[in-house]
Amino acid sequence: MGNYKTEILICGGSGCKASQTVLTAKLLREVLEENNLSSEVQVVMTGCFGFCEKGPIVKIMPDNTFYVKVKPEDARELIEEHIIKGKKVNRLLYVDPKTKEIISDSKHMGFYKKQNRIALRNCGVIDPENIDEAIARNAYTALGKVLNEMTPEVAIDVMKKSGMRGRGGGGFPTGMKWDITSKSPAGQKYVVCNADEGDPGAFMDRSILEGDPHSVLEAMAICGYCIGADTGLIYIRAEYPLAIERLKIAIKQAREKGLLGNDILGKGFSFDVELKYGAGAFVCGEETALISSMEGLRGEPTFKPPFPSVEGYLGKPTNVNNVETFASIPEIFNKGAEWFASIGNEKSKGTKVFALAGKINNVGLIEVPMGTTLREVIYEIGGGIKDGKKFKAVQTGGPSGGCLTSKDLDTPIDYDNLIAAGSMMGSGGMIVLDEDDCMVSIAKFYLEFTVEESCGKCSPCRIGNKRLHEILEKICKGNGTLEDLEQLRNLSKVIKDTSLCGLGQTSPNPILSTLDNFYDEYLEHVHDKKCRAGVCKSLMKYVIEPDTCIGCTACVRVCPVDAISGEKKMSHLINQATCIKCGACYDKCKFNAILIK
Amino acid sequence: MELIKVTIDNKVVEVEKGTTILGAAKKVNVDIPTLCHFKLHDMNIENKPGGCRICVVEVDGRKNLAPACATDCTEGMVIKSHSVRVINARKTVMELILSDHPFECLVCAKSGTCDLQSLAQQLGIRKIHFEGKKSSYRLDTSPSIIREMNKCIMCRRCEMMCNKVQTVGALSAINRGFDSVVSTAFEMNLKNSTCTYCGQCVSVCPTGALTEVDDTARIIRALADPSKTVIVQTAPAVRVALGEEFGMEPGTIVTGKMVAALRRIGFDQVFDTDFAADLTIMEEGSELLNRLGKHLAGDKTVKLPMLTSCCPAWVNFFEKQFPDMLDIPSTAKSPQQMFGAIAKTYLADKMGIKREDLVVVSVMPCLAKKYEAQRDEFKTNGNPDVDFSISTRELAHLIKQTIRDFDSLPDEDFDRPMGESTGAGVIFGTTGGVIEAAVRSAYELHTHKKLPRLNFEELRGLEGIREATIDFDGLPIKIGIAHGLGNARKLLEDIRAGRSHFHAIEIMSCPGGCIGGGGQPLHHGHSSIIKARQAAIYKEDAGKAIRKSHENPDIIKLYDEFLGTPLGEKSHHLLHTEYFNRKK
Repeated sequence: MGNYKTEILICGGSGCKASQTVLTAKLLREVLEENNLSSEVQVVMTGCFGFCEKGPIVKIMPDNTFYVKVKPEDARELIEEHIIKGKKVNRLLYVDPKTKEIISDSKHMGFYKKQNRIALRNCGVIDPENIDEAIARNAYTALGKVLNEMTPEVAIDVMKKSGMRGRGGGGFPTGMKWDITSKSPAGQKYVVCNADEGDPGAFMDRSILEGDPHSVLEAMAICGYCIGADTGLIYIRAEYPLAIERLKIAIKQAREKGLLGNDILGKGFSFDVELKYGAGAFVCGEETALISSMEGLRGEPTFKPPFPSVEGYLGKPTNVNNVETFASIPEIFNKGAEWFASIGNEKSKGTKVFALAGKINNVGLIEVPMGTTLREVIYEIGGGIKDGKKFKAVQTGGPSGGCLTSKDLDTPIDYDNLIAAGSMMGSGGMIVLDEDDCMVSIAKFYLEFTVEESCGKCSPCRIGNKRLHEILEKICKGNGTLEDLEQLRNLSKVIKDTSLCGLGQTSPNPILSTLDNFYDEYLEHVHDKKCRAGVCKSLMKYVIEPDTCIGCTACVRVCPVDAISGEKKMSHLINQATCIKCGACYDKCKFNAILIK
Repeated sequence: MELIKVTIDNKVVEVEKGTTILGAAKKVNVDIPTLCHFKLHDMNIENKPGGCRICVVEVDGRKNLAPACATDCTEGMVIKSHSVRVINARKTVMELILSDHPFECLVCAKSGTCDLQSLAQQLGIRKIHFEGKKSSYRLDTSPSIIREMNKCIMCRRCEMMCNKVQTVGALSAINRGFDSVVSTAFEMNLKNSTCTYCGQCVSVCPTGALTEVDDTARIIRALADPSKTVIVQTAPAVRVALGEEFGMEPGTIVTGKMVAALRRIGFDQVFDTDFAADLTIMEEGSELLNRLGKHLAGDKTVKLPMLTSCCPAWVNFFEKQFPDMLDIPSTAKSPQQMFGAIAKTYLADKMGIKREDLVVVSVMPCLAKKYEAQRDEFKTNGNPDVDFSISTRELAHLIKQTIRDFDSLPDEDFDRPMGESTGAGVIFGTTGGVIEAAVRSAYELHTHKKLPRLNFEELRGLEGIREATIDFDGLPIKIGIAHGLGNARKLLEDIRAGRSHFHAIEIMSCPGGCIGGGGQPLHHGHSSIIKARQAAIYKEDAGKAIRKSHENPDIIKLYDEFLGTPLGEKSHHLLHTEYFNRKK
């Protein structure tokens, strides 16, 4: 906080910025200026707080007051009431949905209580564009410690002991990867940070880079020291302009402070970082495809071995780790491998960041110790299912993952358990589904994504996923047969068995896990031509319940195709041949007289 | 050399470390089907993207199936090549590929020689259990090559040939997922791309996606036209490969049967491009001696090395990629075009017909010859010196349409005067042959002494880049040879950088030279076929009574009666050309 008595932290993540937090911050500063408070109170634009459901977030320090859904027009009141009069603005405080109590300190909120923020430790805390704030929070002390006190072998040993596994989804032990790369013959080597986050709905890596870029730069330098590389490359998708901008600022500031560049901290170790931009192809998150793309080639995976640790970027040994993996590493050196290994469970150590989304009350970015159960995440941190609906499934692992059901709710989340349950950790997408979700459509949605994102190199992924998607479309249209269900299963297995890279080897997972857990829904679609969730339009119709309809004509007026007829105050009728199933009448009817059948 | 032991289908085999499962399987005669994989042994040409997934096998302890072509053996590996799981996967993948393929086999140009078709047969595909969207791309027709990418299976062989072997860079995969296909930059027409029409993409395409422009129908029409006299010339590499199309052993020489077949098809005269090859040597050899003499006399304006110019894809290559070096290749036209130029002047006069009534057909191992024949500089008042150029494969089709029993045709001789040729003309068909032919003549013309030997083993072989020094009676002549445009590029870059020490360089675009040309019967990845054709070329040469171009009596007569001297005014007009900057 430096010389300031009070700090107003305002979220400057991509999401909250889209909700005008730049303007809010400007107004906050103006009101402070009007009141001659600029020298006492500082407005800091931070990275993401994680509680996106309640964004934009404004947090006032040191008293930890957590304001939610703050709009630009609230700026004056916040300053005049909270800062000047010392009175909290109750209407902007968080209300616990269950107890209806106002909670002003975030650490008492259900959303934050069970979280343990290691990778996200500085997100929502520091100004990511100011290296001094990062340094005040111990940035680069781990690098200093490693350079001063450790040989590369010792540092790699720390990584091994920490039990850290790759957070990009594969879960490969990070220390072992570093070890292999360090043992590749000396010469030019590279450290690559995989920031090609591509799972639908996932924004873990973006938030880290936007909120705490120095943690990644520091860890890359440590990795460089350990494996004998002097160059770091961050492969980041061009769709992340804010993360790119903040990385550029961070790199510049780190160079100015001598924390990147030649002879870092006078220890004779040189390391610098460059950015490489991706065009947004999902498959480029696969490390060999990523390397091809960085080399200017078509973003296509190649078979392993050779692994990048042996033959990577430009044919040189290359250590590829994901953003979240890197972001956690400085803390491992600051606090020790034992400390890190004490968090989590037997096979999966530390914490994992998840992007919690879907039909859940607290949408946002969370970080929990490995071994936390799905129930804790969904009901305690996530605040349960929206609108009191019934939980149906949770989709983890992004498009390559699977759907887990209520029987899996008490499964501790870790790499191996999720795979055993038929899904996977992936990079940390977690989408909660409720009774209104059609599981066949969910599978179709994910297949649509993999069909779009397949690189096209190998036949099973290129053609097979397309065929899977076509079969699912057929089922959703009501034209599916029992043979199609068999075909889905057989083809899914062959695609998994024969595809070249991780994308194709996992793309049928959403189908297989829904076939396993929701076979009855598939059967309903195929056999009864029914979609119980009312999602598959071809399989449903809107009908007016004559006894409930009072003939108010509201539905007639919203129908875009004049499919509804009926006299005023008389029961109405929907012409099924004309109806386009847009649902406008259903939404409009105040009397619940329109039913989906 | 480290040996490792693996078990394939219960057979134990010891292989060198680094051997793929496919390689190990071959050792114990286990047949693992492949599709995208393609290898020309000893020629350093291999395509193994691991993309088709047809060659998958089961490896104990491995979660998923492994592509045999791209997976190295490890010690103790236990492999099942035909388990139920493997067969099911293989057939399913094949059905997937076929589900995105037009069912046009009956009328497809590749029918019968299509790798996809034979693999479907081998795997016993009787039904395709998948239906859905099929790829649809517009047809792209160029002077030489037709791209029908609806039939592309993304094996990427063409891409490998075009980029890695030829460094032409015309073809590359574009788009993603189901829409991915091999195409040109910005999906432009092939004729606007950097394509040289070498046809190597066509020669490796496993399906009908890449084929040659079929000119046989136009030839039949010309043959049926009573107002036209139709003559044909056949390139040296055709006679050593054509037999393969009729089930004969690779390397079978069918010169006589080919001539007989062409007569039966109805050509009025059957001539030999070898005659024009001898003529090429007269001009190109004289040009080399001329440039060499001036160079040795200290004339700095004369550039060395001199590069051969008989390969049309090579000409396209340097016009498009090295337009700053257009003064280095010989100005001599290719044998095909020399033949055309002489046929439509000297021969037409002799026959007493107008050039417009004389139709010159060439049979070439090459697709670039089709484009070459259409070049404006090889036309007089719009009438081309060579009217149609067809490939060896097209000739085979033409013969099959008209003659039932090629095998039992009698051996017949070429017509004269343009059918008389020497061994030097024959060896034009292989890499190293043009320069060897040039050496045979240039030596004697330069030294006025008789060559002590005729075979120059140091110029022969299949190494991509070869070099040799030939002693011209005290004057050491340094010769370079490259086949494959990627190798040619290396030599050109050396010249551009001033690192080249050669006096003369022979360049052929296709690996192996014309015997491996883009218009030849498909070798399906068997380099033994190319080697057999090469051996046949040298055998044909050895059997010739005359083996030096300048001793060809009909060539001597041609100069006496018509041309005057090599590099003379008439020769310059008829037999030499110029090159254009075609870089875009």
